[in-house]
Amino acid sequence: MNLIVCVKQIIDPETPAAAFKIDPEAKRAIPPKDRPMVISDYDEVAVEAALRIKEAKGGKITILSLGAPSATEVIKHCLAMGADEGILLSDPLFVEEDRSLTAYALAMAIKKIGEFDLILCGRQEGDWDAGQVGLGIAEILGIPSASPVKKIEVKDGTALVERVVSDGHEVIEIPLPALVAVSSELGVPRYPTMKGIMTAAKKKVSTWTAQEIGADPDRLGAAKVRMLKLFIPVREARCEFVEAETPEEAGASLALKLREAKLV
Amino acid sequence: MSEYKGVLICGETLEDKLAVITTELLGIGRKLADELGQELSAVLIGSEIPKEVAQECIYFGADKVYVIDNPLFKDYLTDSYTAALEKLVGEVKPDILLLGQTAMGRDLAPRLAYRLDTGVTLDCVELAIDPDTKLMLQTKPVYGGNAHAAYVCETKPQVATVRAKTMSPLERDESRRGEVTPFDAGIEPAAIRGKLVERVKEEVVGIKLEDADVVVCGGRGIGGPEGFKQLEELAQLLKGAVGATRPPCDNEWVPAHYQIGLTGKLVAPTLYIGVALSGSSQHLAGMSGSKNIVAINKDPEANIFTVAHYGVVGDYKKVLPAFIEKCKELLAG
Repeated sequence: MNLIVCVKQIIDPETPAAAFKIDPEAKRAIPPKDRPMVISDYDEVAVEAALRIKEAKGGKITILSLGAPSATEVIKHCLAMGADEGILLSDPLFVEEDRSLTAYALAMAIKKIGEFDLILCGRQEGDWDAGQVGLGIAEILGIPSASPVKKIEVKDGTALVERVVSDGHEVIEIPLPALVAVSSELGVPRYPTMKGIMTAAKKKVSTWTAQEIGADPDRLGAAKVRMLKLFIPVREARCEFVEAETPEEAGASLALKLREAKLV
Repeated sequence: MSEYKGVLICGETLEDKLAVITTELLGIGRKLADELGQELSAVLIGSEIPKEVAQECIYFGADKVYVIDNPLFKDYLTDSYTAALEKLVGEVKPDILLLGQTAMGRDLAPRLAYRLDTGVTLDCVELAIDPDTKLMLQTKPVYGGNAHAAYVCETKPQVATVRAKTMSPLERDESRRGEVTPFDAGIEPAAIRGKLVERVKEEVVGIKLEDADVVVCGGRGIGGPEGFKQLEELAQLLKGAVGATRPPCDNEWVPAHYQIGLTGKLVAPTLYIGVALSGSSQHLAGMSGSKNIVAINKDPEANIFTVAHYGVVGDYKKVLPAFIEKCKELLAG
């Protein structure tokens, strides 16, 4: 099995709202100084999914990430989890604003990699929450897809997946090669082991430019979607706090307040 | 460019009725179409779609309804629905195409947009027409809901999906007139690569989370499956349902379908009680539409208090039993 996992480096989504700052001019978030950038959490679940398939069927896992040179850290994290190879796509020609251009660049890199059975990615990125890059890659490559998925079983040239829907899940069979976007219900990703970290440290991450993947510079410059503004929605503070001597009294007094408001 | 005209919404049915999201799409679709001075049409894709459902689209605001009815469309599959909609869009050439941010829409909209070589914005919470450019302004939460971004798409059609419960349906009006047209998508079965093997419905005991009028939600601070028993007790007492933030689901204290948030369920009950949860943006994205929000948390700085109407700062293990007792007393009396 040749598995490719697309991952992205993002600002830590656990950043408390109070510490979350944006640069409205540049139209992007400012990474908080005390919090390192991390792998987008659904992408980490996708790496976990790939490792489970590799354990069951054998094969090779290639990690692919488009981003700044610092995204190498995220690729190394995936290698430490147990992935085999890492490739970083980095070029000033890659812009973030239109996610379809990211999908195009990733698809071109996958074409350059050549052989693959299954492409995995997270259901959506933890920063722009666009939810379209994976499916876009599938469309550009002309392969079937399933999203969002919580379980994958590979057998005889097909993938049997459990697709999450609002009232349960659907079991869908798609022929390989295919793309599967995974959701957090798949399970908690494993931690890298000490041995994994040491192995990963010795591995070299290749860097490919737009030219090296044969991406058309005109196409990379032709955004269809433009972001007009980025802003933090204003929330009015309006919370009425229940004051009491003890927590027990506070609980009882909350019930009375809700009764007064005819909510209980 | 000018050959693209009108607004098309892609509807969904639920147990042979128009899904609520579809009435919401028709509501916003009507507004956008009126601002542009153009038509609003709807499309329903399925098998044996009842006539009344197409008619309902008209009562909720559509001028025209396309019905793509074929046994091949009995179940949603990426390939078949994408091909059907591609064919219809090719003929209708809408300026704007809207879908719901649902299991279907979030899968179908990107595949279709990329096939049509146009842009797409998912999970919009606000849509408007720019008075100068006449382009659709698409606002959606980003960074897990910490910020919002407004986009425009400069290619046609402008494709977007709409988050449930963010748009208002029109009053149903039986005097509205419109046209229902069957449309033959002419799909070859061989072109459909996926196969639905089975549909598994989750076991729901009591009221469904999305439909509940009262939602009691627990977070990381609950500490384990034991604590959720108290929340179940409270939910039962108030005839509501129990939900959770992501950590209790990831830790398997409760089933995954309890999750409320950006990638879980969206709830907007009359009363929401959040217990021992911080109120991450991810979670707020799924519940901030609730009409009355109550928060119980040890940390007075917890983000949940920025959206709460009533707050108690304290240990839920002490606050909650007293709250439940008092509620019992009030409900009995």
